[in-house]
Amino acid sequence: MSSQTAHTAPSAAAGHDEGHAHTHHTSTGLDNRKIAIWAFIGSECMLFASLIATYMIYKGRSLVGPFPHTEYVNEAGKVFKPILDIPVTSASTFVLLMSSLFMVLALQAVQLKGTMIPAGAGTWTRLQRSSQLWLGMTALFGAIFLGFQAYEFTSFVHEGLTIKTNLFGSSFFTLTGFHGAHVTVGVLWLMSLLWVDRTRGLGPQDELLVDIAALYWHFVDVVWIVIFTLVYLIQ
Amino acid sequence: MASIAAPTTASHASTEPENTGIWSWITTVDHKRIGTLYLWTALFFFIVGGFEATLIRTQLMRPNMGFVSAETYNQLFTMHGTTMVFLAVMPLSAAFFNFLIPLQIGARDVAFPRLNAFSYWVYLLGGIFITLPILFQVAPDAGWFGYAPLTTTRFSSGPNIDFWVLGLQILGISSLAAAFNFITTIINLRAPGMTLMRMPMFTWMSFVVQFLVILAFPPITIALFFLLMDRFFGTTFYAIAAGADPLLWQHLFWVFGHPEVYILILPAFGLVSEVLPTFSRKPLFGYNVMVYSGIMIGFLGFGVWAHHMFAVGMGAVADSIFSLMTMLIAIPTGVKIFNWIATMWSGEIRFTVSMKFAIALIAMFTIGGISGVMHSSPPADLQQTDTYFVVAHFHYVLFGGSIMGIFAGIYFYYPKMTGRHLNETQGNWHFWLNLIGMNLTFFPMHFSGLLGMSRRIYTYDAGQGFDMFNLLATYGTYLLVVATAVFVWNFIRSHTRGEIAGNDPWGAPTLEWSIPSPPPEYNFAKLPSVTSRYPLWDLNNPEMTSEIAHSAADAKVITDSHAVPMHIETETHTAKELGIPMPFPTAKPFVVAFSMVVMFCGLLFLRNDMFALSMTVTISGALVMVAGLYSWLTSPLE
Amino acid sequence: MAHDAEHAAAHAHPTGATYLKVAFILTFITAVEVWAYYIPSIVASPLFNPALIIMSAAKFVIVVMFYMHLKYDHKIFKFLFTGPLIIAAVTIIALLFLFNQLSL
Repeated sequence: MSSQTAHTAPSAAAGHDEGHAHTHHTSTGLDNRKIAIWAFIGSECMLFASLIATYMIYKGRSLVGPFPHTEYVNEAGKVFKPILDIPVTSASTFVLLMSSLFMVLALQAVQLKGTMIPAGAGTWTRLQRSSQLWLGMTALFGAIFLGFQAYEFTSFVHEGLTIKTNLFGSSFFTLTGFHGAHVTVGVLWLMSLLWVDRTRGLGPQDELLVDIAALYWHFVDVVWIVIFTLVYLIQ
Repeated sequence: MASIAAPTTASHASTEPENTGIWSWITTVDHKRIGTLYLWTALFFFIVGGFEATLIRTQLMRPNMGFVSAETYNQLFTMHGTTMVFLAVMPLSAAFFNFLIPLQIGARDVAFPRLNAFSYWVYLLGGIFITLPILFQVAPDAGWFGYAPLTTTRFSSGPNIDFWVLGLQILGISSLAAAFNFITTIINLRAPGMTLMRMPMFTWMSFVVQFLVILAFPPITIALFFLLMDRFFGTTFYAIAAGADPLLWQHLFWVFGHPEVYILILPAFGLVSEVLPTFSRKPLFGYNVMVYSGIMIGFLGFGVWAHHMFAVGMGAVADSIFSLMTMLIAIPTGVKIFNWIATMWSGEIRFTVSMKFAIALIAMFTIGGISGVMHSSPPADLQQTDTYFVVAHFHYVLFGGSIMGIFAGIYFYYPKMTGRHLNETQGNWHFWLNLIGMNLTFFPMHFSGLLGMSRRIYTYDAGQGFDMFNLLATYGTYLLVVATAVFVWNFIRSHTRGEIAGNDPWGAPTLEWSIPSPPPEYNFAKLPSVTSRYPLWDLNNPEMTSEIAHSAADAKVITDSHAVPMHIETETHTAKELGIPMPFPTAKPFVVAFSMVVMFCGLLFLRNDMFALSMTVTISGALVMVAGLYSWLTSPLE
Repeated sequence: MAHDAEHAAAHAHPTGATYLKVAFILTFITAVEVWAYYIPSIVASPLFNPALIIMSAAKFVIVVMFYMHLKYDHKIFKFLFTGPLIIAAVTIIALLFLFNQLSL
């Protein structure tokens, strides 16, 4: 077991030891980047937890309105309706949820690329292999979600709620703003992947790259699930 | 057995990289060089922080001293704390994470070498960013914990706090990036056969610390972001007039702040756990328990934060819960103390300087732990909080604990890093002056604190019973200055004049001692496969580990064609000769770090109606950063 | 060797059909949540908030287990995610109690 002789002169076993740059020895058989992205997602849990906690701490404590779910009448007698728009936000929530489906299909498409298309395959079987389509759809739906957010933000400002107006405004815009910034980064990331797909093509060997983007994207979706419930639905 | 064996070969020549100029340092992605950069920079900031402390103590030497103004004093104590926590102790630990972890686990480098370099440059630039203001008398001045609403523009209208907020965000990015790197490294790059429960204790404690970093830094990032938004954009997070809660900042800060103190101490604990067994010539007592207690400390550390807030009026229920959790966390900590003592018990002790520092940590940390447990009782803490009693407590655990542990590590690992020993005589002077100076400085503070001397006051009137204690504390500080000077002299001089050290001058048990000192760029010519916790003792001194139960797991060697049985390497070659691909040196991490910090600098101008200038600087920084990042991500590592 | 481990980890794979089913379930739960929001008697009931939290937790778990593949991947990822998730959740709850937004 333990060797008493010291191997002092390693043979110039050229190349074999770490020659293949792609498959370094790992303790788990997993890619470093996949481990790193999950650690990053864990950290992001605490980031959004702090934002969400602050929103909930300040819930119902704004001294002036507009308010999320109740009416507000200011000193001048102006009436502000409850400012949150559930139908519109439900639509944007649905859009984001669907984008996660497309993301999953994009990853699957990349995985399927190396396999043979069975004879007589129908449209759906072919479509499943089109990573460009699904990456594009994911990015598109992400952009549509951002469009909804932009609409919401501008209409709120129009209706008298800015980030400075009250505790609700500060915590709401900061929380959803952070989330929106994450979505934006995701959309840009997906568009970069789409670009790579259109130029050199993404194949099964790129599965990890798409997987990492997918994990990030799903996490951003999952955070929105929590925000939608705690900010919009719970009163 | 002589503790310092003169080796027959100096292993410097063929390990020097081809370039040795400044550019080679800017483009390095080698974890050993990055560790060296961290060490030098952190020691520099340690001196800066110590200088700030010396000025503080001179001001407090006598009642109504008049040495500095109240405003200057506020800047001094704020920067002393900020510097010591973020620019000295954390980076000193990072120096060891960088240098040591890959060597201890039998890896060639960390998982993401370029990200590693990025972390260092962001730290250096962030450190400069937050330190420069004091030269212009606009240093942060609201304490290292920056309580809002004091730090809002209503009460702090100057740029001081802007530097603080932005500087800490920059430094946070450095720590977070490094943490993701080390988590991945430790999980994924261990040598074959090195199961988690065979890892050296320093690596284990560092592993726990990285999780603390990734979970504790987000809350402070958000707290700082809120403060930034309030200061720059008029939001209401800390605006009392808008109904904000004055405790929001405190809770968010301490949710970070408490895990932060475990981030500060656990690496030192890990270093002590390396030093003690080596100089007791005995395996660490209760390795499993030491690992589990480290994990418990990390986990429980998230449940005690409000013990920093016992005086704010949270109510009896909250006070009791946090009090109980705080008392609980003393248990795994105490367990470690006993395990260290048991390690030394019946051991063949060699009192090297490194060993002395390690033993001193056990004693000093215990004292700090006792005052800490006194704080855990809310009624008692109501008297102690915001007095010098607390200052005594945390300096015993931070100086007597973290700093002494780090010095133990420096004396222990200096030979491995440089190939030369630090001078033992000067080291002994350093140790004794440190031990006496530290106790002379901080022990009296227990008394002045309980007599009611408040923290963070720039002066005090005579006749309150504080005078003698303050005088003694200042004398102690001057002793520490001498001690540090001796150390710096030793540290610099030994680089060229120190006694040559071989692979394993101390007779230590872990992998890093099986390769030359300093290690060649590729670390291990052949990755060893590991069959126990003490691979080098198994090889050299099997009698020392014969009483350790070698379980079935030890026999389960993961076979891998990349690794060979455990061995010692004394020859050094270049990576090219051995056909080992090394990562390319690159300036991209530096460029991205620099442009990112430029972005933050741009934000500084936002509050002074210099919107156009601010946007120009920020956007140019952002563009260069994105371009640099794109270039980095699309170029191969090796 | 390392390669075998990798292939072993990527064993069970949901099919496209599973993913579509998951999408449908997510949509369905969201629809129920929104529907409940518009029924005043439900909103007034003390069960409304807990029910919403349970439903959104269900969506959360489904996305993480299936879309993020946590159910099928190496257990280290479960560990890397659930640890921080627990600490985050406990921290939020503790803060809500401390600021009197929740009470027993």
